[in-house]
Amino acid sequence: MNSGPRNAVVATAVVTVIVGMTALSFAAVPLYRLFCAATGYAGTPNIGLAAAPGGTGQTIRVRFNADTNSGLPWIFAPDQGEVISTLGDEQVAFYHATNQSGRSVTGMALYNVTPEKVGRYFHKTACFCFNKQTLSAHQSMEFPVSFWVDPAIRTDPNTADIKTVTLSYTFYRSLEDAEKSGALASAGPHVGAISDTERQQTSKAN
Amino acid sequence: MATTSDTRAHGHDHAAHGHDDHGHDHKPGFVARWFFSTNHKDIGTLYLIFAVVGGLLGGILSEIMRAQLQFPNNHVVTEGQEWNTIITSHGLLMIFFSVMPALIGGFGNWFIPLMIGAPDMAFPRLNNISFWLLPPAFLLICIGLVMGESGSGWTLYPPLSNSTYESGMGMDCTLFALHLAGISSLLGSMNFIVTIFNMRAPGMTLHKMPLFIWSELVTAFLLVLAVPVLAGAITMLICDRNFGTAFFDPTGGGDPVLFQHLFWFFGHPEVYIMILPGFGIISHVISTFSKKPIFGYLGMVYAMVGIGVVGFVVWAHHMYLSGIDVDTRAYFMMATLVIAVPTGIKIFSWIATMWGGSIELKTPMLWAIGFLFLFTIGGVTGVVLANAGIDEAVHNTYYVIAHFHYVLSLGAVFSIFAGFYYWIGKMSGRQYPEFWGKVHFWMTFIGVNLTFFPQHFLGLSGMPRRYPDYPAAFAGWNYVSSIGSYISGCAFLVFLYVCFKTFTSKVPVADNYWGEGATTLEWTQTSPPAFHTYLEMPRIS
Repeated sequence: MNSGPRNAVVATAVVTVIVGMTALSFAAVPLYRLFCAATGYAGTPNIGLAAAPGGTGQTIRVRFNADTNSGLPWIFAPDQGEVISTLGDEQVAFYHATNQSGRSVTGMALYNVTPEKVGRYFHKTACFCFNKQTLSAHQSMEFPVSFWVDPAIRTDPNTADIKTVTLSYTFYRSLEDAEKSGALASAGPHVGAISDTERQQTSKAN
Repeated sequence: MATTSDTRAHGHDHAAHGHDDHGHDHKPGFVARWFFSTNHKDIGTLYLIFAVVGGLLGGILSEIMRAQLQFPNNHVVTEGQEWNTIITSHGLLMIFFSVMPALIGGFGNWFIPLMIGAPDMAFPRLNNISFWLLPPAFLLICIGLVMGESGSGWTLYPPLSNSTYESGMGMDCTLFALHLAGISSLLGSMNFIVTIFNMRAPGMTLHKMPLFIWSELVTAFLLVLAVPVLAGAITMLICDRNFGTAFFDPTGGGDPVLFQHLFWFFGHPEVYIMILPGFGIISHVISTFSKKPIFGYLGMVYAMVGIGVVGFVVWAHHMYLSGIDVDTRAYFMMATLVIAVPTGIKIFSWIATMWGGSIELKTPMLWAIGFLFLFTIGGVTGVVLANAGIDEAVHNTYYVIAHFHYVLSLGAVFSIFAGFYYWIGKMSGRQYPEFWGKVHFWMTFIGVNLTFFPQHFLGLSGMPRRYPDYPAAFAGWNYVSSIGSYISGCAFLVFLYVCFKTFTSKVPVADNYWGEGATTLEWTQTSPPAFHTYLEMPRIS
């Protein structure tokens, strides 16, 4: 029985599967992001310039949440706790951020909406969270966000009962900035060398 | 003399020629035989010894854990991080360095060639590498344990496992250990698949293959599909920890939940990887000691294939509380419940095999019946946990601990011991002591049930897993559980005594010492089998 070539064929097939699965596990990273963006999974809102269709008279309450990672020496808070938004009408809300530290710091905000199932009906047309934001030492800045809620939220049986949507941001120090300041080398809860007093102030502000 | 085994075993690998040209039963010297081994039986033996060592260390860790939890406010373990490291190492050791080496590397290497009538595995040198990757991996796990720096739990979730919360090198050692163990499994699986596809005796069609071979084949496929995903995930984790990437770090736009998806895409098939070979062993034991062919052979085969396939699409039932939405949960719940169907087919087929059989309660059969009992309990609590609504309440409680220990630490381990007592005469040529085998069984059976059954109550009352302490309200059942674990620990000592008695026994055993019930090919060989078997190819009619 000459099993040499047959062994090689089966072994090659197995190796191909192994390599393929390894590749797929890495492909999962961009695929996962695409999947969330396409389906609004995990409360991922629609972003882009799609124009609001115009008011329908129905309203929804939109609440604003702000968190700051302890590695970022900023105070970050919404200017308004909540707004009543007309479905289909574009609306602007504001956040404020203040750099507590004595040097320029770059941050990046991550965002989602809850309940997570409203992600696909929540449109953000412009947002400070689309880009990195840099605040120089002790600088304060106003951050606008422009959004509209799709009136279709009222016709989808899954979401028809939702009266309140919470828009949430968490500001992190950008990796590059942390690296530049040497904070990453000694990564830990103290990333970004924030003093205790600063941290207390930050948490009070939230 | 270039034996049949040589040309067949090495196939196209010409470089391998000439290093193994021994006569029929001329064994190489100690170092060449055990360190450079290419013989499937010797490698199987190495795996089994390795599994005992891994199980011993993992078992010592569990005794420490139970000693700590015996009383509230106990201080056997002095620090939380020490505790975290112990639970992590316990899980990893038991899975990768005890159950898998025993069921896959050990019994798989020993009996796949013997049962299909092949002279050896398809790639004997690869087989050697598969084994020898494990000891360094084991060493790396031990480094993580001793340094006290791998406290993420065996699931390795970031941020627990990232450089912020586990900054030490020990965590990296643990991750590399999994890489090595993973490569070992992949090479082993490749060998299994090629051997089973290409080297079966003439006449042994896939549908005539013994169930143990089927179980190893399905397991090998699961490994090939699942382990690369773990490898990918921990590579990303290592990069996040050491090279400034942000796959799982939200600061750089990553998502820690992605790790959970990748991990459980591997992790759920992994639990079937651990139990499927056990299914194969149990089928043979029950058939042998009922003196009947297995009931519903094809159903048994396709139940295993079905479990393997469906096992890949249920992973998020480990993540009901990770924020996935209700429709997704409904899907994963349904898919998970569906697995109860093929599993039920297996359980009922085993019972139907015993039905009307001439049952002989020798030690292997006791373990097999114990397996049926415990695996069924574990399966039932699995069906309970599959329900997303119930899981919200009992997620990460001792109910989950009880569930997976019933299917793994009891189910898989009972199947290992069933296999051990079933085949030890074949492997060693010595008779195991029947009395001590039964003592071992009953002590283990009582011990593990005493350990894990009360954990259902603890879990339902809300005791969370992975904590070194608990409120006094949980004291009673924890005490019972700890006593049970000490009994199981003593039972393991009895097992070591059984090994001692067996290997010093002067009682030779016959080729087919179980008689008419044992019908597979390994029973046509001497006990122990010759160093090289099947120099003449058997034919299956």
